[in-house]
Amino acid sequence: MFTHNPIADLSASIPPIAMQWYVIAMFILVVVGTILDMAHKKSAKYFFENAKKAQKSAKRTLGGGEKASLAIQTVAGEVLTSSEFKSVRRRISHLFTMYGLIVFIVATAVLVFAYPTPEQPAPTIWPVLWHLGALGLAFGGYWFWFRIRVDVASEGVKWYNFNGRGDLFIVGLIATATFALLWSWTLGAGWLNWLFFVLFVASTTMLFGTVYWSKFAHMFFKPAAAYQKKCVKADGSRENLPADYDLTDPAVQKRFPDIPEYMGTNPANMGLGINREPPRHY
Amino acid sequence: MPTFVYMTRCDGCGQCVDICPSDIMHIDTVTRRAYNIEPNMCWECYSCVKACPHQAIDCRGYADFAPLGHSVRVKRDEEKGVIAWRIKFRNGEKDFDLLAPITTKPWGTCIPQLRDVSAPSKELRDSELLYNEPKYLRLDDGDLHTLKSAGLKLKEGVYY
Repeated sequence: MFTHNPIADLSASIPPIAMQWYVIAMFILVVVGTILDMAHKKSAKYFFENAKKAQKSAKRTLGGGEKASLAIQTVAGEVLTSSEFKSVRRRISHLFTMYGLIVFIVATAVLVFAYPTPEQPAPTIWPVLWHLGALGLAFGGYWFWFRIRVDVASEGVKWYNFNGRGDLFIVGLIATATFALLWSWTLGAGWLNWLFFVLFVASTTMLFGTVYWSKFAHMFFKPAAAYQKKCVKADGSRENLPADYDLTDPAVQKRFPDIPEYMGTNPANMGLGINREPPRHY
Repeated sequence: MPTFVYMTRCDGCGQCVDICPSDIMHIDTVTRRAYNIEPNMCWECYSCVKACPHQAIDCRGYADFAPLGHSVRVKRDEEKGVIAWRIKFRNGEKDFDLLAPITTKPWGTCIPQLRDVSAPSKELRDSELLYNEPKYLRLDDGDLHTLKSAGLKLKEGVYY
């Protein structure tokens, strides 16, 4: 169920070179779509202008080492663990979807380019990763579609309503994972298997071919936004936000005498406040 | 000063949707980020600005009384129990911070237990006064009361 290589079975009907060109075409579509998206939204221009604006009100200049350290923090936090999400279920669902997609794409590329025929048997790990990646993607995607997206505090959209451009990406992901698994698990089932294969290819083409219109490109500008957020904090410009004060610092207490007067010299942690419950009191 | 959302900061968590008293903060169905659907109906209560965990919401002043270039930003830190404001004038020269406590006790520990309070009497029900209205607020009994005449003492702290 998980250990057979569906790509090798497919090579009996479709030559490996055609599969390899298909993967390359999808890669090119993602690159072109992302460039067009950046040009259309002017996201790169926005970030550069923001950085220039922040530099004007910066209280100190960041060194190269400091910038590199912030970049590493961004990769370790926002990129690899989706730490930007305050909602825990959104974060877990996002992690399943993200890692599922990455594992699925890498496993597909390895199987298509290195082990495309039964004469070159793939190590068991790659077909297993291919299936697990698709399962993770489907789990995260369906969780988002049926439980998170329908929540009023999030979007309040019924599960059977399709929102056009807003849903292209998630539908592409779910359809790709679902039809990939169904195709793999019905190998040898004749026309049904071919139907799932055609749907799998169609949904993959939709997923990678609609980057310009869908939310696919968020993986490029979200890390940039997270990095910039860390930079403005470090250089003191803070986008005009007030500083994070240490309430136990005597200098802060002297400057704001209300703090020691009402809260004492060592204020307690007051707990989570409105964050004690998730936002669903609509 | 209707609110607006920095799309690159917002993660669509829904805190602003939850808290907006006018129900005008919504999640955009295409970008899955929050936005103010009707700025004309925004009464600038700043609730969403304070509730946003990413400080992704800001207020844009109308140009007639708050000329462009100024900035009024706020950060509500619930765990520390304080609120901090930063006011920047449009010439950039006046830039100052304010910091104030918003609670002196951990959140949720001082919710009034109304079931423990005695029920209103018939006289109180027939009166124009609010249920359980403190005596020192009553203006029909002599004159405006002072803390001393009401038998009260000024206590430190924030009350609920």
